[in-house]
Amino acid sequence: MLLDYTTLKLIWWLLVGVLLVGFAIMDGHDMGVGTLLPFVGRDDVERRVIINTVGPHWDGNQVWFITGGGAIFAAWPLVYATAFSGFYWAMLAVLWALFFRPVGFDYRSKIDNPTWRRTWDWGLFVGGAVPPLIFGVAFGNLFLGVPFSFDAQLVSTYSGSFWELLSPFALLCGVVSSAMISFHGAIYLAHRTQGELQWRALRGAGFFGGLMLLAFAAAGVWLWMGIPGYVIQSALDTAAQPNPLAKTVVREAGAWFANYRHYPLTLALPAVAFVAVPAAQALARSGRTMAAFWASALAIVGVIGTAGAALFPFILPSSIDPNASLTVWDSVSSQLTLTIMLVATLLFMPIIITYTAWAYRVMGGKVTAAYVRENSHSAY
Amino acid sequence: MVTEQVVDLSRLQFAATALYHFLFVPLTIGMVWLLVIMESVYVMTGKQLYKDMTRFWGKLFGINFALGVTTGITMEFQFGTNWAYYSHYVGDIFGAPLAIEGLMAFFLESTMIGLFFFAWDRLSRKQHLLVTILMAVGTNLSALWILIANGWMQNPVGAEFSYVTMRMEMTDFWALLFNPDAQAKFVHTVSAGYVTGAMFVLSISSWYLLKGRDVEFAKRSFGIAAAFGFASVCSVIVLGDESGYTVGEAQQTKLAAIEAMWETEPAPASFNLVAIPNEAEMKNDFAVEIPWVMGIIGTRSLSKQIPGIKEIKAKNRERIVAGIGAVTALEALRRDPDDVHAREAFERHKADLGFGLLLKKYTVDVSQATPAMIDRAVNDTVPRVTPMFWSFRLMVAFGFGMLALFSLALWYSVKGTFADKPWLLRWAVYFLPVPWLACEVGWFVAEYGRQPWTIYGVLPTHLSVSTLSVESLYGSLAGFVGFYTVLLVVEMYLMTRFAKQGPGSLGTGRYANEAHA
Repeated sequence: MLLDYTTLKLIWWLLVGVLLVGFAIMDGHDMGVGTLLPFVGRDDVERRVIINTVGPHWDGNQVWFITGGGAIFAAWPLVYATAFSGFYWAMLAVLWALFFRPVGFDYRSKIDNPTWRRTWDWGLFVGGAVPPLIFGVAFGNLFLGVPFSFDAQLVSTYSGSFWELLSPFALLCGVVSSAMISFHGAIYLAHRTQGELQWRALRGAGFFGGLMLLAFAAAGVWLWMGIPGYVIQSALDTAAQPNPLAKTVVREAGAWFANYRHYPLTLALPAVAFVAVPAAQALARSGRTMAAFWASALAIVGVIGTAGAALFPFILPSSIDPNASLTVWDSVSSQLTLTIMLVATLLFMPIIITYTAWAYRVMGGKVTAAYVRENSHSAY
Repeated sequence: MVTEQVVDLSRLQFAATALYHFLFVPLTIGMVWLLVIMESVYVMTGKQLYKDMTRFWGKLFGINFALGVTTGITMEFQFGTNWAYYSHYVGDIFGAPLAIEGLMAFFLESTMIGLFFFAWDRLSRKQHLLVTILMAVGTNLSALWILIANGWMQNPVGAEFSYVTMRMEMTDFWALLFNPDAQAKFVHTVSAGYVTGAMFVLSISSWYLLKGRDVEFAKRSFGIAAAFGFASVCSVIVLGDESGYTVGEAQQTKLAAIEAMWETEPAPASFNLVAIPNEAEMKNDFAVEIPWVMGIIGTRSLSKQIPGIKEIKAKNRERIVAGIGAVTALEALRRDPDDVHAREAFERHKADLGFGLLLKKYTVDVSQATPAMIDRAVNDTVPRVTPMFWSFRLMVAFGFGMLALFSLALWYSVKGTFADKPWLLRWAVYFLPVPWLACEVGWFVAEYGRQPWTIYGVLPTHLSVSTLSVESLYGSLAGFVGFYTVLLVVEMYLMTRFAKQGPGSLGTGRYANEAHA
């Protein structure tokens, strides 16, 4: 075997993180654009301009979500099984919100009727706004612990409800996530539009960037002051065959900050977020919108990285049976499967990034009202 | 608490969402190659008509594709939401092809489709054709990986159970990849998609011809669809699923149920053309038999025997009894992994673990299973014969009906006289829904026929579900069906509208019914 089991488990934690960040950067910017659509675009032509900035790309970007799901299934089957069945209604809300996107994008401009088009505008808003909100809330619940347990045959039972997910801290995390995605979408929109629309996008970026950092800082303080973390107490054999029932876990105040205490370098992650957001805003205002997009992407790396580094090695802590919490060591696939999936990822990721970049280059440049009018039958 | 109702509702939801999804997928798989053909002709000849054909049929393709994506999102996550124990138990094997599908195929398909629609003026002709070809390759590779995953459910090769992790684990990736079941299914399923795409273009073109408008456009489209459809329908029938039937026990069981073959006949077995199966007495009340045919189709030989249902059940009874030992030993091992006796007993019986688990439907403590419970579990191992028997015949009848249509369409297309044959054109119009019916019935044969298993011989369906409440399941089922139905109505409305308007919807000024929008 190429790599030992412990290393593979670590790599897959990083890779799932990469996929999550990739999803937030790529699908995130078109979701952000969808969220801003009804507010930034005042008439049909403006809205078509906005939609066409992501028109050729949203579908490819959405595959980050699909592949992320597939990768969690393949690399962390117990997490895939426990989280998605436990968060049943939250997950369905994400899926149902996403239903509006393919049809919204493709069907909206096919019929020239104001009611029809306005309806799909709000559909695209729901498809853009709901998933980031719910993902943020879900992340918040990871810090709080999730009420699930296993029997001896590893059948999982979830004993919470959808409404219990909506605690104040989790909702605050939802605000972080929503603001982050709207910010990212606004920066992208500033990159692809001009004139009045671009100006409105920049104002959106100003507001959502501020809100994002404020909520991010508030969530950090709340986590520090009031939310106990999880600690593995028993001796740890990271190379063991995964069995989530073989450890003891306790809850301890301040434990979510243990990794930051032990590895101070990880503090760079939140710092990146705090630097990258104002940097992106300044770059966008000075017209260097491409650089602004990457700064905004870096801010996403910072925020998601901050959460991941705090949680490590936990993925899905259990509030009712902490010992059954799922970690990067004991909820993973076999060594063979992790190896095969690693090879597949290393093989295909560069190819995907290459043709995605090509697609953006081919379709690059500002989208204008003139473009929409000239291509009225083929544009979105 | 997992009750029978939870299992039934979970199955119903999966069936509903999969069948909806499969209203859109076959058309995508097939039409994408028709677009490649049309655009290739355009690039080779430079004739504007072929570019218009690519764009118009592409427009309809896009309307369909949107719902394929919509309903496909559900499929990627539904294993986790509704089949949690399945996901844990076989995720080590089953997750990999799904993830690789995303990486290798779905990214490609979804990125290229954006360029297909929007980059006509930004790419050279050859570059755009390359985009269309990559989109087609991505679409078909996507089908390949999904069917590798599905093939493993029918014939679980290259994996072994581990009592430490309490799940199946991959031992041989290449066996999973080159599973003969998956290969046969892939060819059969994509060919069915090609037929669907061809029928779609053939029917709508015929309708234009009957109306006498956009004649040149419709004639060229008809010709391409007739040739492509004829080749594809031959592929569906000849290379079809039949070749998969000899592989593995799951397919043997399906075959016996499909043929209502209760007894093992001396080879070569006869074929029941029609029959009235009697499940209770395990015989056919009435049957029209054709000697030899079944043996030749099923085994490709005159001497190999095909096991009948009674023989299959007798074998399964032995495996269930042996499986009791496996389940009991496994439960002891889960309590104490160092129990040497339990480990020995488990190793002895572990091949029959799945069969032992069938009894879990009737008792928590399998070691206390009564003979009556064993009888019921044995009866469960063969799917109900009547629905299998008739749905298979329906699928085959649809297939041969389309073979006849495409043969005549190709014949008169070569002679160049199809446009003067209203009966042929009308036949093509009426046959529009037939490939979809055939696909849906075919899905039923393949997946209902796998029952009572999700993974044949490994994991029973009733153990595979998530522990959800009945209320949640009613809610989500209603939500999915309601949502999908609304979207389907919208899709059909748009599809009909643009199909009726025809190539005029491109707004080029060259066709009837020019768009004003």
